[in-house]
Amino acid sequence: MSLSATTAPPPAVSPEQAPRKPRPTHRLARFDLRASPYLYIAPFFVIFGIFGLYPIIRTVWMSLHNWNLIAPDRRSFVGLQNYVDLLSDDYFWNAVRNTVGIFLLATIPQLLLALFLANTLNRGLRWRTFFRMAILVPNVTSVAAVGIVFGTLFQRDFGVINWVLSLVGVDAIDWRNTTWGSWTAISVMVDWRWTGYNALIFLAAMQAIPRDLYESAALDGASRWRQLWSITLPMIRPTFIFVVIISTIGGLQLFTEPLIFSGDSLGGNLRQFQTVAMYMFEKGIETTTTAGYGAAVAGMLFLMIIVASVLNFLLIRKSVR
Amino acid sequence: MSVTKRRLRQAAAVALVAITALGAAAACGEAKPEAGAKPDKLIVDTFGEFGYEDLVKQYETANNVKIELRKTGDLGDYRNKLVRYLATGKGAGDVVALEEGIINEFKLNQANWVDLAQYAPAGKSGEYLSWKWDLGTTGDGKVIGYPTDVGSLAACYRRDLFQAAGMPFERDAVSASWPTWDKFIEVGLQYKGKTGKAMVDSLASVSNAVLFQQPGDLFYDKDDNLYNPAVKPADRKPTDLIAANSPAVKAAWDTAVKIHNAGIEAKTATWSAEWSAGFKQGTFAVTMCPSWMLGIVKGNSGDANAGKWDVAAVPGGSGNWGGSWLAVPTQSKYPTEAAKLADFLTNATSQVAAFKKSGPLPTNKTALASPDFTGYTNAYFNNAPTGKVFGESVKNIQPVHLGPRHGSVKEKAFESALNALMAGQLTADQAWAKFLNDVPSQGAF
Repeated sequence: MSLSATTAPPPAVSPEQAPRKPRPTHRLARFDLRASPYLYIAPFFVIFGIFGLYPIIRTVWMSLHNWNLIAPDRRSFVGLQNYVDLLSDDYFWNAVRNTVGIFLLATIPQLLLALFLANTLNRGLRWRTFFRMAILVPNVTSVAAVGIVFGTLFQRDFGVINWVLSLVGVDAIDWRNTTWGSWTAISVMVDWRWTGYNALIFLAAMQAIPRDLYESAALDGASRWRQLWSITLPMIRPTFIFVVIISTIGGLQLFTEPLIFSGDSLGGNLRQFQTVAMYMFEKGIETTTTAGYGAAVAGMLFLMIIVASVLNFLLIRKSVR
Repeated sequence: MSVTKRRLRQAAAVALVAITALGAAAACGEAKPEAGAKPDKLIVDTFGEFGYEDLVKQYETANNVKIELRKTGDLGDYRNKLVRYLATGKGAGDVVALEEGIINEFKLNQANWVDLAQYAPAGKSGEYLSWKWDLGTTGDGKVIGYPTDVGSLAACYRRDLFQAAGMPFERDAVSASWPTWDKFIEVGLQYKGKTGKAMVDSLASVSNAVLFQQPGDLFYDKDDNLYNPAVKPADRKPTDLIAANSPAVKAAWDTAVKIHNAGIEAKTATWSAEWSAGFKQGTFAVTMCPSWMLGIVKGNSGDANAGKWDVAAVPGGSGNWGGSWLAVPTQSKYPTEAAKLADFLTNATSQVAAFKKSGPLPTNKTALASPDFTGYTNAYFNNAPTGKVFGESVKNIQPVHLGPRHGSVKEKAFESALNALMAGQLTADQAWAKFLNDVPSQGAF
């Protein structure tokens, strides 16, 4: 270790005879200049290597095997067979459909609502700071807690939501056992957590828009609606696309909310709300014998996220030009 | 740059490297204690209600050792945790419970389990119902688990609701009113006619009861085949599944469909939030009760409903649902101490104490014969003589061969198809087809 350099014995020759050698501190300084930057960034790479890169490589390796989680002697190399099987697996495609469906159902209203909130908070409201902070509160609650509380609200027999609906004459909705019911319930959980967060990001972008644009628009007689449409939205477009990318990545990995809502990894009797991440969990963790197949699901999810991100990236490039 | 600043930076860099290295070293160097070392703490992992709370305290004082009892409510969650502990080689309790539906899967890798034969006191194997002891061992004589309980079967019913409906409500009269499942449906229709409400909680509850009332294979044959072995793998059709031809599975399915057609089930899937809430709300008046379920019924119904539940005979003769073993994972640092604790928790006195606390039915023959057990009446269940009721039915239990992934097939293929039928998502024929479609993927091992 570099500590030894400071305790290295002095040169044996006496100072007056020797040609002028760099003193140890100089050498150390050079070492410092060269090595320190790497040392400073090392912790990130070490930690990323252990917790990021290694699991990815390991997962890819597992996905090429028939992998038993708890019996190491029951493992064998199968090449790409898991991926081939996956492509003709109805339950996998069902999970893909559910994930994309829930993503759309959750994200579109969420972004509209976030825009509305941000636009409202961008005006001169009383207690503006309080409201700006308050909309972030749902984001700091734990996902599990959100899942449990909303799971109770969305109960069929004694849930608050069905009770409220019954006041206006709507029959009890079986939230868990219907596709639309379950998708709606999960979307509400997702939106509860992320609408405020996205609203804050939009708000930050809106604050960067020069005030005088609005002033001159107002002088020209543009209504608030017109100002939003013609000034605010075009000006925050890059931010909007950033938020869409983040939401896409989060949406594709949707796991905890539907898992807690379901109570198991199946996502309903007919897997009507089983997401890709839940299917990965079912095959990779719950079913000890198919961990390799589960790893292949993880691999496909990874690919899906890359494809979605690249599409988004292309969109950004286009919009910036 | 001043010297001190540079020194500071060097020191910082050195410290950084040192800390990183230390962390890595700490991660690798976890020493095993020496053999015979006194454990700081023993951990016991159970699911549902095993009734071990008081026993553990008793053992702590008697042996001067700390014990942590980790309870998980749901068997599915519990199994996932256990899989994670075994897959990563750390985290499992020193003593863990294995249920009948999952023990065979965990037996597949014997290296995960301490062979308890080397620790068992002399004669322990003879103390238990012989079939129960045998199921906890492997083919070559290793003892994976000490028997805890067996489900056996009765029917829990709400006497207050039956009485309010103007129906027979004393336990003997109720037992007499439903000797068969057809009669059970008649009683259900009567209850529905009087109250307008459903009588039994779910289709899965009934099917679990019927499943073990018929002899023969369930989802696997004796050699753990999922398909009829006479059919070549290439020619396999869903109808060649053992499950498709099992009389027991067929009987369980048909009974469930009959109940669904009569409309006497409350559509609360067993273990769902609606189901748990239904106990307090009186959504249903009957649920099938293996002995261990008594603790769950009590927990879900709460003290306010004490004395309202009672225990009657199950329609269709005695059956079994569930039952477990206690095993010691090889990753335990104190296998000797753990085996001793497992021995204590499964001895005759402890089994009777656990039964009184939460209901798990003894499998120890001394416990089953003790007056303390046979004379026990459960105050919560209107003083039902649960010791006598379950004690008698346990003698009639025929051991059934459960394949390696029995629990998974039952819960994720069989019961989810029944739940889909119950919720009106599928017709009976569609649900049966879905069940057969799911068996191979859930049952493969």
